[in-house]
Amino acid sequence: MVKFQGVDYFDIQSLLNEEETLVRDTVREFTDDHIIPIIEKHNRAGTFPVELVPKMADLGMFGSTLPAKYGCAEMNNVAYGLVMQELERGDSGIRSFASVQSALVMYPIYTFGSDAHKDFWLPKLASGKAIGCFGLTEPDYGSNPAGMITRAEEKGIVIS
Amino acid sequence: MWITNGTLADVAVVWAKLNGVIHGFLVEKGRKGFTAPEMTGKHSLRASVTSELIFQDCEIPKENMLPKTDGLKAPLMCLNQARYGIAWGAVGSAMACYDAALGYAKSRIQFGKPIASFQLIQEKLVHMLTEITKGQLLTLRLGRMKDKGELRFQQVSMAKRNNVHHALEIARTAREILGANGILDEYPVMRHMANLESVKTYEGTHEMHTLIVGEDITGIPAYV
Ligand SMILES: Cc1cc2nc3c(=O)[nH]c(=O)nc-3n(C[C@H](O)[C@H](O)[C@H](O)COP(=O)(O)OP(=O)(O)OC[C@H]3O[C@@H](n4cnc5c(N)ncnc54)[C@H](O)[C@@H]3O)c2cc1C
Repeated sequence: MVKFQGVDYFDIQSLLNEEETLVRDTVREFTDDHIIPIIEKHNRAGTFPVELVPKMADLGMFGSTLPAKYGCAEMNNVAYGLVMQELERGDSGIRSFASVQSALVMYPIYTFGSDAHKDFWLPKLASGKAIGCFGLTEPDYGSNPAGMITRAEEKGIVIS
Repeated sequence: MWITNGTLADVAVVWAKLNGVIHGFLVEKGRKGFTAPEMTGKHSLRASVTSELIFQDCEIPKENMLPKTDGLKAPLMCLNQARYGIAWGAVGSAMACYDAALGYAKSRIQFGKPIASFQLIQEKLVHMLTEITKGQLLTLRLGRMKDKGELRFQQVSMAKRNNVHHALEIARTAREILGANGILDEYPVMRHMANLESVKTYEGTHEMHTLIVGEDITGIPAYV
């Protein structure tokens, strides 16, 4: 198969620094080698290729902009954006996995969590040993999440 | 409902009202009263797990509340992070579709010539490449502003709205260029097209982003 050469009509490449270019090229190769060969099979079967998770973790694709002390890659936001771009060149579903893990699980734990939450969960999530999800949308509240019905009560905490 | 990775997840960041105020809670897999069955029947994002999270008197320790969450702003900040990535991701889908369409147009012969030699096909390819280039410039600028801490969420909305809209249009145009072959999974185009239908809706629909930018430029909220 011919490797993807990129689409860059305005030489945007020249606006990227060395680290950003390296990240882009690494993820581009990952997409060629590991996503494209298997994606149609998974798309037909309706399955997520879980075997990609450790490889994605090794390349720093989870919580990419968060601090190294949690096992994260501490990239800048342009490099993180390039990760998303190159993953989605393979498949939006694989990019969605990384988006949720990074932006909707690790980011809130890092931003709103206690030190104990961060110390416990972030290294596990960065290494792909734990997977996270983000539950905001409800059947009757999509675009208008302020109306959510899900509620917590204090006794311990009960969610229903 | 509609929760990506729900069934796979070891931990769920769940948003719920406590005394009327929205807070975030960490709910681990296996807690009594919490299940996450997978949703089926999707025509889009088929290689991604989408689930329903069901809570029935699920008890968690008090420490599982994310202490710095207080109201809708916290989950919206998360969505803003995700949308930023989606604005970039959509460009990736569009690049894959353009690349497939360009290669195909140069090799497919009709009327004795490659279809790339017809003006109507060239117009389609030029339009695709122009929109990709604009999307790339938008995301790069977005990233540089975010790195400087200057980025406003309304700008993220504009970029998500624009890039996903054009990626979907590019996927559809690529499908046209591939003719009947465009509907086969031998080519990536139809998969990207179907995926982008979800991407256009999740993390704030195209319409909601229109309203966000609309409010920003007019000062008038038009949500209700
Ligand atoms: C594959 C997939 C994965 C998802 N993953 C997640 C996830 O991980 N976590 C999560 O919490 N959610 C997730 N979602 C849910 C997603 O965020 C919602 O679907 C989205 O917010 C829209 O909500 P809705 O589908 O209920 O549509 P609705 O809110 O019912 O909207 C229906 C239509 O009405 C329009 N509309 C609504 N209000 C207005 C208005 N005021 N003015 C004009 N038009 C309006 C909308 O733009 C849309 O076109 C996912 C969805 C999909 C498809």
